[in-house]
Amino acid sequence: MKTKTMLILGGRSDVGLAIAYHFAKIGYSIQLAARKVNSLAPYQSDIELRHNVSVKVFEFDALNTSNHEKFIDKMPVLADITVCAVGVLGKQTQDEKNIGNTIHVMRSNYEGPASIFAVIANRYQARGYGTLIGISSVAGERGRANNYIYGSAKAAYTTFLSGLRNRLAKKGVNVITVLPGFIDSKMTDGLKLPALLTAKPSDVATAIERAVKRKKNVVYVKPIWQPIMLVIRNIPEFIFKKLKI
Amino acid sequence: MEIQKKSPTQKIEGWGRFPKYNCKVITPHNEAELLNAILSNNTIARGNGRAYGDSAISIKNTISMRKFNRMLSFCNNSGLLVVEAGVILGDIINTFLPQGWFPSVTPGTKFVTLGGMVAADVHGKNHHKHGSFANFINWIDIVDHSGIIKRCSPSKNNQLFAWTVGGMGLTGIILRIAFRMQAVDSAWVRQTLIPTKNLNESMEVFEKSQNATYSVAWIDCLQRKSNLGRALVMLGEHAKAEELPPDKQAKPYSTPKKLNISMPFNAPSFSLNRMSLRAFNSFYYWSQKKAAKNSLVSWEAYFYPLDQILGWNRIYGRKGFMQFQCVLPLANSRKGLEQLLQEVAKTQQGSFLAVLKKFGAQNTTSNFSFPMEGYTLALDFPVKPSTLKLMTKLDEITIAHGGRFYLAKDSRMTADTLQKSDKRVKKFKTMRKNHNIQSQFASTQSKRLKI
Repeated sequence: MKTKTMLILGGRSDVGLAIAYHFAKIGYSIQLAARKVNSLAPYQSDIELRHNVSVKVFEFDALNTSNHEKFIDKMPVLADITVCAVGVLGKQTQDEKNIGNTIHVMRSNYEGPASIFAVIANRYQARGYGTLIGISSVAGERGRANNYIYGSAKAAYTTFLSGLRNRLAKKGVNVITVLPGFIDSKMTDGLKLPALLTAKPSDVATAIERAVKRKKNVVYVKPIWQPIMLVIRNIPEFIFKKLKI
Repeated sequence: MEIQKKSPTQKIEGWGRFPKYNCKVITPHNEAELLNAILSNNTIARGNGRAYGDSAISIKNTISMRKFNRMLSFCNNSGLLVVEAGVILGDIINTFLPQGWFPSVTPGTKFVTLGGMVAADVHGKNHHKHGSFANFINWIDIVDHSGIIKRCSPSKNNQLFAWTVGGMGLTGIILRIAFRMQAVDSAWVRQTLIPTKNLNESMEVFEKSQNATYSVAWIDCLQRKSNLGRALVMLGEHAKAEELPPDKQAKPYSTPKKLNISMPFNAPSFSLNRMSLRAFNSFYYWSQKKAAKNSLVSWEAYFYPLDQILGWNRIYGRKGFMQFQCVLPLANSRKGLEQLLQEVAKTQQGSFLAVLKKFGAQNTTSNFSFPMEGYTLALDFPVKPSTLKLMTKLDEITIAHGGRFYLAKDSRMTADTLQKSDKRVKKFKTMRKNHNIQSQFASTQSKRLKI
């Protein structure tokens, strides 16, 4: 059987790396794409040694959208599955005072990820198969004072993925939206997260493997988030605007 | 939802669960963060917390190396593996044993990090033949006091190498290690079990078994008088493929997956008492004595019997336990061991695990390693005033016989005891002073022991 390949965009993030280890373990060749790709060398050797698969690394900047077509052109193999783990959380209270930061959070969580997926989606459609996995966020389900810059970009990304899924459903291409909730990672380092609602990066990887196997559309890594977000989405706006959640 | 900041300190402890300290723990993710983290005083690196006492604890600046856990390269001609210091030995075995490679030296647990193995210059059941881990290290990278990464080996920066291997993390932060593994034919060990009646017999077996690759003895330390030093000596050889039964020959590197048991809670402190220990020790002795003398056991069962009970350290209860491990020079071993065992038996503070092993000559590439040619005895005791008193007595006997102590096991010794037992401490201190790193790299242990 031919070895399958997975491309991981944002391959330097804890989640991206956890996915790389997980899929290497089940036999996938791995392509890690990230900025400052040199820093990925230890991971490259480690995954190769531990799991005896090929790992290649590629310099990739999600914000350099004009380069995205060329980036995919240069890949030695068009991966069977592409995962996008690109994103920045930002610091809401600081970012809301600085329009430059605001735009950066928006572009990193929406424009970049959507742009590269737009390119790959066309290639997958032409080829007739492929799986696109976007890591979005429950923060995109409703805007809250705490993180609406990040949330709004994730909302756009979720909508983009849903539209892409609708477009490609009959073309052999699967699009999976992953909603992790809190993740215990570099992004949230130093924050005291509620254990019940917090996933480990490896949980995200496990959820993704299951979603690929079962051809899921939208997955909550921690199922408890589904009822929580159902409630949060349905609180009437005149009440919601006064809440501190 | 209001998300709060985590407290910057956390309670940490060694494997013996004594002592415990509230410490500032930093977990750097990359070299830049690491270099930044070592700038303040009282820095000590921490691996997987398997030292028994406070070797890897610093209240002000404990640096967790667990993010530096990547394997960097492997040469399958020479068995040379390069890893970062936070890689766990068990992961290395899981990766490379199926390809026919096994660590050349391993301590009694596979849950140690390679950095910890270097810092303690660990020994294994083959010390009499192959020496300590230092013998298999090609080079190490160490972050020194000025934040410079220095590669050192027995030939390059050899003084830094010699003080770092076995130096308990007190020379800097060990970052990378290149070490040689040994080729093995299978994942199985041919074990020979030799029951002995007393210390004389036990030592005789060790002397006669110099050619065995592995040797170690479990001692029933509650026995007295003519039975003093009654033991089960276990010899081992890596089994060759053709020595395996036909059903195992097809897959010589696979052993049945055993389910690990974990200790789910702290045992109440009264559960390990004189009666239960005596019962356990006697039961173990007689049951093993009856067992086949020659048997084929898996690498896990032979090298890491205790690892199969995850969290076995909780058997001593909430207060934790202390290890005592000394080595006595060959000439004084018999007398010294007799006195040590008599003292333990007299107080009937039986140790759950008592291990005896003969060391060979120690290599000279490291300056502060524990082993020396002679016999080493390891005991553990629950933390309480009577055992502390007993251990002080054992310290005195060890010193009187020219022995010294294993710092990876220590949690309570005094600076005075260390000075008296080990002349090399003075040199180590001078070295640390000359390089001006005494306050920069320090653990609660090194402060207690005034190193």
